Amino acid sequence: MAELSSFTIDGLKCMAREGTSIIDAARQNSRYIPTLCNLEGVPPKGACRICSVRVNGKLMTACTTKLSPGMEIENDTSELNDLRKAIIEMLFVEGNHFCPSCEKSGECELQALAYRYKMEVPRYPYFFPKRPIDASHPRIVKDHNRCILCKRCVRAVKDEKGRSIFAFLDRGFETRIYVDPDLAGQLTEERARKAVEVCPVGAIMPRDEAFKTPIGQRMYDKKPIGSDV
Amino acid sequence: MAESVDSVIARYNSDASRLMDILIDVQSAQGFIGDPAIAKIAEELGLSTADVEQTRSFYHFFSKKPTGKYAIYLNTSVNAYMMGRDAVARTFEVEAGIPFNTVTRDGLIGLFDTSCIGMSDQEPAAIINGKIFPNLTPFRVKELIRDIRAGKSVEELVVEGYGDGQNSNPDVRAVVRNNIRKIGPVLDPDYKPGEVIRKKLTEMTPQQVIDEMKRSNIRGRGGAGFPTGMKWEICRQAESDEKYIICNADEGEPGTFKDRVILTERPKLLLEGMVVAAYAIGARQGILYVRHEYEYLKTYLEKLIAGAYKRNLMGKNIAGIEGFDFDVRIQYGAGSYVCGEESALIESAEGKRGEPRDKPPFPVEKGYHGQPTVVNNVETFCSAVKVLLHGADWYRSFGTTDSTGTKVVSISGDCRYPGIYEVEWGFSVNDICGMAGAEDVMAVQVGGPSGSLVGASDFDRVLCYADLSTGGSLIIFNHTRDLLEDVVLNFTSFFIEESCGSCSTCRIMPVILRDKLRKILDARGVKSDITDMLEWAKVLKSSRCGLGQTAANPIVTSIRNFRHLYDQKIRGEMRYDTGFDLTRATQEGMAATGRYTHAD
Repeated sequence: MAELSSFTIDGLKCMAREGTSIIDAARQNSRYIPTLCNLEGVPPKGACRICSVRVNGKLMTACTTKLSPGMEIENDTSELNDLRKAIIEMLFVEGNHFCPSCEKSGECELQALAYRYKMEVPRYPYFFPKRPIDASHPRIVKDHNRCILCKRCVRAVKDEKGRSIFAFLDRGFETRIYVDPDLAGQLTEERARKAVEVCPVGAIMPRDEAFKTPIGQRMYDKKPIGSDV
Repeated sequence: MAESVDSVIARYNSDASRLMDILIDVQSAQGFIGDPAIAKIAEELGLSTADVEQTRSFYHFFSKKPTGKYAIYLNTSVNAYMMGRDAVARTFEVEAGIPFNTVTRDGLIGLFDTSCIGMSDQEPAAIINGKIFPNLTPFRVKELIRDIRAGKSVEELVVEGYGDGQNSNPDVRAVVRNNIRKIGPVLDPDYKPGEVIRKKLTEMTPQQVIDEMKRSNIRGRGGAGFPTGMKWEICRQAESDEKYIICNADEGEPGTFKDRVILTERPKLLLEGMVVAAYAIGARQGILYVRHEYEYLKTYLEKLIAGAYKRNLMGKNIAGIEGFDFDVRIQYGAGSYVCGEESALIESAEGKRGEPRDKPPFPVEKGYHGQPTVVNNVETFCSAVKVLLHGADWYRSFGTTDSTGTKVVSISGDCRYPGIYEVEWGFSVNDICGMAGAEDVMAVQVGGPSGSLVGASDFDRVLCYADLSTGGSLIIFNHTRDLLEDVVLNFTSFFIEESCGSCSTCRIMPVILRDKLRKILDARGVKSDITDMLEWAKVLKSSRCGLGQTAANPIVTSIRNFRHLYDQKIRGEMRYDTGFDLTRATQEGMAATGRYTHAD
């Protein structure tokens, strides 16, 4: 086991084991760093950039950066919080996110972060892209309108041979999630549930159930995201 | 008969980490990579179609649909437009009878756009089935299409005679010109291949090689400027049995073409540099990663590598040094600018999408297949040989204290003598213009789109790591150019085209900024649009790699240095304009109901 190291977050003295990711080290010290793409048990990707912090003055993603002793980390600053809010707004204008009609409302991490960072109207113009809903698979529905390309499904859900079921297709602004038609057709219930669970937004939804938990009683309906930290 | 997918896969022993090579060979044999080929590759490599598709769809030159018997890729870089691309493209469309990014119905001709192909001093240029056709004119395009229709082979389309130097080598046969305008110690033709390996390495320990490199103060020539000696030392000290040397010959920065000339004229120097680096860090394998656009050099480079083996400059017990073994293979890219970023290049060489990795860990700790890897630019390896040959003190006599040695730069744009120049660090923007015979200069793009657009008041600034740093792309614009429309918009579109899409910031923000810029160019801009662009661009600084972090540089540096051009375009009296166009917004509905629209 690695030694406990001391470091600071926003000037406060903290302790955690060397080599822990900054995002986990912060959590162990009751400091919240937001994320949309990081997922426990899966190698981090640094896709959403929302967990950006300043480490000794340098912008780094807290999910991919490992703690080393003496790090001075800035997290809850007006600069970084506005950066995070800006990224949330960018994700909102990039896709089509209509919270009032979305099944995921109240359990959506993007929506919850928008509330936490007090987003009102995005500062950027909406793209309103034309994107399809892919309901061709037996257990899941892939709604590309709501996808934020966090790569959680790509990284967390593989078949029993370790092959990708979800993958990135194309690149840049054209990037979207490709769902392997054969493997999605053979998706076990367990894997289908995992794909739904890891999706931070309503982009992967179960096929045969909806509104199991009533609106108003959902995870982020009462307390903002990050309240558990 | 086109080679079968099975035989391609067999050539790479069904190795999934060679997926790039498999896709390249299938694309080249069949002209496209269709669903049956993808399914076959997936099956044989133990992958899902999703695994294959994510790599295939990432690269510009991999196509799921047939690209035509003659696949014509016409460059879209700023230099191409400055030299008349519009007329050339229009002639292609008229003569072929199709718009760009489509294929003729008979499957004969495909027309495609492509990002800078490294021919900025001989634009407009196109790649047809891997061969380069530079200096295109509408007249020449008519000839080309006529000859294609007449059934001539790609080789028979060439009428110009092959280029200077090794461009005329039987293994190259390219209509490409080197345009070497200034030779310095690195490009010096008075070089004996293998001399450093045989005379210096045999008498030096790896640590002595590294010490000499450190004393020379040489820094990476790709643009980032990391001290080379330090890079080699960290990699040498990393604990591992397997280490790798990778040469980054993926120059994709619009306006740069110096590595193409080095690959053509001094390839032995480059290969010797890789061997020197391998000796220093203890690597047994190396990869020369070359951009797809330079595919025409493949046979030539392969033969040179084979020649190095014959002369015991590669392979086992090199130059008689017991236990010094080093093998090199060539890895071609498939059309992706971001693969010039070292960790994206490594991902690509492993057969994956060219998405940069998060750092740390850096490649010197965990690189190719997770092992310590040194990635250096073509020119860095070449310079390293000269450092050992003549010594660190000699090398430090060139350039400035901060930036020692020389730099090979690619100069293009509005000047009489575009081409490559090897100059000592510390030369000014004025020197660039003087050397290249440029007059009436309005601006110089230093360092390509990811660098800065520099105006007259900064022409005495100096090129070096401490002031204007550059990987070597210098593009000159005279006063006839519309900097915003012709340059800044083109560069911003380039970054959008080449973003890997994995960071939210770099995927989305350049598109937002381009739309803002277009709004200003459409005469709908207001003052706040300019300040918004400066403010909004800041989120890009949190991107993972250099592409994302610099994607707003064309806009930001042009606002900083050419603010008046923006001020002229905006509507001074208006404080607010949504950019909303009622006619355009209702066009679809009007058309559906058959009502009159203004837009027609």
